[in-house]
This record gives sequence, structure tokens and C-alpha cells, in this order.
Amino acid sequence: MESEEAGRGLRVSLFITCYNDTLFPETGKAVVKVLERLGHTVDFPAGQTCCGQMHWNTGYQEEGLPMLTRFLEQFKDSEVIVSPSTSCVAMMKDHYPIMAERMKDPKITAEVAAILPKVWEFSQFLTQKLGIEDVGAYFPHRVTYHASCHGLRSLHLGDGPQRLLRAVRGIDLVEIENLEQCCGFGGTFAIKNAEVSSAMLADKVRGVLNTRAEVVTGCDNSCLMHVGGSLHRQRTGVWPLHIAEILAGEE
Amino acid sequence: MSGAGLDPRTAPKFQVAARRLVGDAQMRKNVRHATNVIQTKRAKVVAEMPDWEDLRESGRQIRRHTLRHLDYYLLQFEKNCTAAGGVVHWARDAEEARQIVIKLVKQSGPQGESPTEIIKIKSMTTEEIQLNQALEEAGVHAYETDLAELIIQLGHDQPSHIVVPALHKNRAQIREIFQREMHLPGSDFSNLGGTPQDLADAARRFLREKFLRVKTAVSGANFLIADTGGVCIVESEGNGRMCLTLPETLISVAGIDKVVPKFSDLEVMLQLLPRSATGERMNPYNSIWTGVDKTAAGDGPRTFHVVLVDNARTKILADEEARQTLQCIRCGACLNACPVYLQTGGHAYGSVYAGPIGAILTPQLMEMHHAQSLPYASSLCGACYEVCPVKIDIPEVLIHLRNKVVKQQSSGLNILANPEVMALKAVARVFRSEAVFRIAQKLGRLAELPLSHKDSNGVGWIDWLPGMLGGWTQVRDLRVMPKQTFRQWFEAREKAGKKGAADGK
Repeated sequence: MESEEAGRGLRVSLFITCYNDTLFPETGKAVVKVLERLGHTVDFPAGQTCCGQMHWNTGYQEEGLPMLTRFLEQFKDSEVIVSPSTSCVAMMKDHYPIMAERMKDPKITAEVAAILPKVWEFSQFLTQKLGIEDVGAYFPHRVTYHASCHGLRSLHLGDGPQRLLRAVRGIDLVEIENLEQCCGFGGTFAIKNAEVSSAMLADKVRGVLNTRAEVVTGCDNSCLMHVGGSLHRQRTGVWPLHIAEILAGEE
Repeated sequence: MSGAGLDPRTAPKFQVAARRLVGDAQMRKNVRHATNVIQTKRAKVVAEMPDWEDLRESGRQIRRHTLRHLDYYLLQFEKNCTAAGGVVHWARDAEEARQIVIKLVKQSGPQGESPTEIIKIKSMTTEEIQLNQALEEAGVHAYETDLAELIIQLGHDQPSHIVVPALHKNRAQIREIFQREMHLPGSDFSNLGGTPQDLADAARRFLREKFLRVKTAVSGANFLIADTGGVCIVESEGNGRMCLTLPETLISVAGIDKVVPKFSDLEVMLQLLPRSATGERMNPYNSIWTGVDKTAAGDGPRTFHVVLVDNARTKILADEEARQTLQCIRCGACLNACPVYLQTGGHAYGSVYAGPIGAILTPQLMEMHHAQSLPYASSLCGACYEVCPVKIDIPEVLIHLRNKVVKQQSSGLNILANPEVMALKAVARVFRSEAVFRIAQKLGRLAELPLSHKDSNGVGWIDWLPGMLGGWTQVRDLRVMPKQTFRQWFEAREKAGKKGAADGK
């Protein structure tokens, strides 16, 4: 908790991640908007691509290694790094040290050790690094929060995201049943084990619908894309929306 | 699933077996109910322990330490067990273990004659080495005496859970199996009731006669205690205790990973195991015996054998990143917590070891020659690691094993037969350059164009994808890529001067 930093404008480097860059640019815009509204400046190292999660977790570990060195190169001068994706940040925190060890280069190991404490998941940056909950947002809708597994079990976000949401004016926040249960995405799992993934997804969608929320939010667009894909297929009218886009809402 | 047994060598791929099983509504309901009951009980008795995390850490350290010095503790166990009157046998693999047990069983009858029946305590290791089948072929019928194993055996079924093997069956189904299969002389089962008491009473009548008649028993072991040479089994029903005390000959089969250094280590293990396995503070029956009773009273079995089984465990031990697999104490908590197991039940894993621990243990027991689909039978959600009483980082081991599978698939000409390998290697090249990534983003937008439809809000969606990507669109739509990537927006905004663009979004 470093709430004293709330008053000082930080230079935040945004690691948007490959899929947010390509599929969810609105999330990135919302992150920029919230951070600037709070008095910080945002830069975007242009050479960034992917954290390496898909390759590493699917078993293509050798292919994942160059993505670590690219990340280090791109963000070596950053004061603080923020990323709106729990699974990518968890990938970095959990596996970059192992990857560095695998590369047997003490320089990379040292660089990873130095950079990781500067990396924050977006909601965690607000609640833990800045120590704030009310970001001055307005969002007059019924919303339920989906806790992504990596945010829950790897980053230990706890109720941080819910505290941010509760402070939003106009919001009607309702808790989903079985909050801690996986939605069934799991990256390539959704493709390789489509039947089981679909069955898991059915449980999660049932939970979302039972809340009668209009919007399902979370800190990871990959889970939201998964849940949202089913919500759209069934024409439920429920929308997935990244937490940053709610926190960017204004009257 | 019947008769032939769960054999990873012949089982279909996980995704193939799962496709059929997720259609079994009755099984899914039974699994959902049972895992939910056990999980709720576990959560309650874990929450009441203020030192639970310390206990987990102690459990991990005891198991880790033992595995690092496994040779020492196994020899110590052998020495102390032998001194107490037990006979220790060593089996390199399943085949050798089966032959040893068959030989010992055959010698165990009066005047060295072979008995035709034995009684058994629930044991995963004997399931692993497919002992019952081998005994049957050798003319010896094994009666399973654990209630759930009895249900499986009478139902010509296969275990679907390492602690609660019949968890995929409900009471009505169990009643039908008992009615059809028990054939008790003088008992009319046509109006057998369906309450737990009715079913337990039927099982008691069926089993009691076996306990009193059969003189040879086979068991597994929860723990082998190196400093005393003792063996420990915990259970809920007391049927195990019957098998440990009534027969003349007892043969215990145990993986070499089951050893703990000291009797006092049970202080940690017997707190972790029951709470994790069945949500009980303590098991109703905790049996520890050391060799045979040499006094005049001569209590219990006169002959006691321990068969120590390697069956690829030393190979697992040699793998630095995967060896934590052997820390497992078979509590089954990871199965109950797993959202994948919840949907498929245990049979999809094609192995007697199902669920997350099965997904890492089975392919390693097969030395990665079989069951290569199991490391992928997980969304890596981490619920298994969270509940593991000895802190096995199952997701990390899954990822490590996936790497081994990919290396197999990428070797030589295999790579050409595998579109996934080709695709992921190509994508990896894309991420190595920002310029190539930008081009790929553009090409992606073009490629998806013919597949997209506009919905009533004017947003483009894809509801069909070709090839392996079709798994996604079987139940999910996919939004098309927006016209502008984030980086394009950010660059345009930088160019235009920050202020205006941020406000205008």
C-alpha cells in the first residue's frame, strides 16, 4: 500500500497485450482515460507485442522465450508498467523468472527480478499501488463481476475490483454464484477441449443470467470474450465489458 | 466402461471420451452433487484450522524431504519391517508386482495350497497394476470390501475417483446393482430399500460372510513408516480393519513414494489427509501395524508381506520439475475442486487416477508414451493447487508436461502432420517483430471479413470458424476485429496532441 503516491503524477507505461491491442482497443482507451483523469501520464512502448502466455502455457516454451526478451527491451526504462489483463500479468509474475532461469543468462535473470515489481495489473495498480477505490466514475447499470482465475489465485486481487466497482456512482453491483469457478476459457483449452469448455461455460453463463445483470465485467478480456461469445450466441442482451471501461464512465 | 479396466495404453484421448461423457446427464448430476457435498465439508473443517497453511507447508516439506532421500528411507523401512516379522519384496514394474502378489497368494492357503478367493482393501496401487484381473486369470477371485469398490465390482464398472470410486453412481443405481448382483443365499433382495441403512445392511451381510471365511487379504497402504517399519491405512467403514485383522496372510502393495521418515510425521499427515479427502477431522478407522504379532496371543495375520512397487516412479523422481507429483497422498481434493472433472467425471481420463492429479501422474507413469492428451485436460484455473494438502503445483507440472508433448509432436516429420504445431510456431514468429505483428493484424481483419455478419446493433460477429477453430464457434460467437487497433489509436492521438484525442476518445 503506497497511497501517498496517489497525489503524485506517475509516468505509466502501458502494456496493452496482443489481444487487447487487436480485439479490444476500447479497453486500452479506457485505461488511458482513467489514468490521465487521476493525473498520471501514459506512454506506449511501440515495439511491444505479446507476453508469451499462449505459447508457454500450451507447451511451446522455446517459442515463448523471445517474447520475454522483447518485453524487457521495450519496458527497460519504464517507471511503472500497467496492463489490463490478469492472465498476462500472472504469466509474467509466475513464469518470467522460470523463463529467465531457462535461458541461463544472469543478465536476463537480473532484469526480470528488477522489472517484475514494477508490473501491475490495472485494478491492482489502482487499489494497491495508488491505494484508491473511487476513481470518479459513473455507470448507471446492473453489473456482475467475473473473477478470472489468474486474478483470483495468482495475483490475489481479492475484492479489490469489487471495491472499485462499488465506488462507481449509479452502479447496481450484484454478486454471481460460484464466483471462484473457472469460465472454461483456459486459452487453447477452449479449442482443444471444446466440449468440456462449453459445459463449463454453460455453468458460468447460467450464473451470469441468474444475477439479472445487464453487464458482466472483469479484469481480463479473454474470459469476457469467452463468456460474452455465449451470451451473444444466445441473444441474452447481456454485454461483457472490461472494468476499465466502467471506471472510465462519466456523467 | 466395463470389465476391461481403465488402461491409459488403450484409452481414447481425453477430448474424445469427454465428448461422450458430457452427454451423460445422470452421471453429471451425481458427480456435481457428490463433489459439492465433499467440498463443502472440506471447506468447513479446513476453515476451523488456524494453522492450515502451516500444516500444508509442513506436509510439503515432509514429502519433499522424503523424496530427496527416498533410497535411504526405503531401506530403513525394509530393515525395520523385516525385523518386526514382515517380508519386503521389490517390484520394478506392474508386471513384476503382479507376479509377486500372485505367487504370495498362491502360497498362502493351508498346507501351501492356493486359495481361490481373497479379500481386498481399497487400494489405488493395485488398481494401477491391474491386479484383480491378473488374479482372476490365475484362478483367484478378489472380493473388494470397500463399499464403493464393491459397488464398482458388482456393477462391472470402473472407479471414477481416487477416494470415492463410485461417486458417479447415485443411491437408486446402487440399489439396482445390489439387487441384480449380490445373490445372497436366503436373502430376498426384491424389496431391498433404498436408504443408506438398507444399502449398508445389504453390503454388511454380503461382506461379513467373506471376512469370516477368506484367509488371505491384499491391501494398499497410505503410509509406510521408515523408522518403525509400520504400515498405516486410514478408512471410514471398518471393512479395512476386518481385512487387516481376520486373515492369516496379509499382502500390502505400496508405491515406493508412500514412505514417510518418522512415526511422528503422521501427526501432520493424519491432519491433512482426512480433512482434504472426506472433510472429516479424523478418519473413523486409523490402522497402523508393524510386522506380525510374535507373542503367544498371535493376534492378526501370521504372515505379512509388503510389495514395494516402482512402476516408473524413479523416472518421475529424476525429472526435477515434475517430481513434486510424487508428493501426492491421494486425498482427491483436487478432483473435487476441478471444474473439468466436475463436467466429465473420472472415466474420461482413461486411467484409475482421474482429475488434476491423474492428468499429471498418468502420463508420467506411462513414461509419456501414452495419455499425452491428459496434460491438456485443464483450463489451468489453479483450483487444484489451492486445495492440495501437500502443495503440488499441478498447473506448473501440467505446463511442463505439455512442453514434453509438444517436443514429441515437433520432432522429425511429426510436425507436418500437426496443424497446431505449425500454427503456433508461425504465430510465435509474428510476435518476434512489431512490423510483422501489424501486418498480421491487418491480414486477420481481411481473413475474417467473409465470415462476419452484422447484428441488429451494426456490430460484426462471426458464428462459424473453420477447422480446429470451430470448437470455439460451436457455442460461442466471436466479435470481429475493430477497424482500428489500440496502437493505431494511440499513435494518431500522439500525433494530434494528447489533450483533444483523450477527451474525444
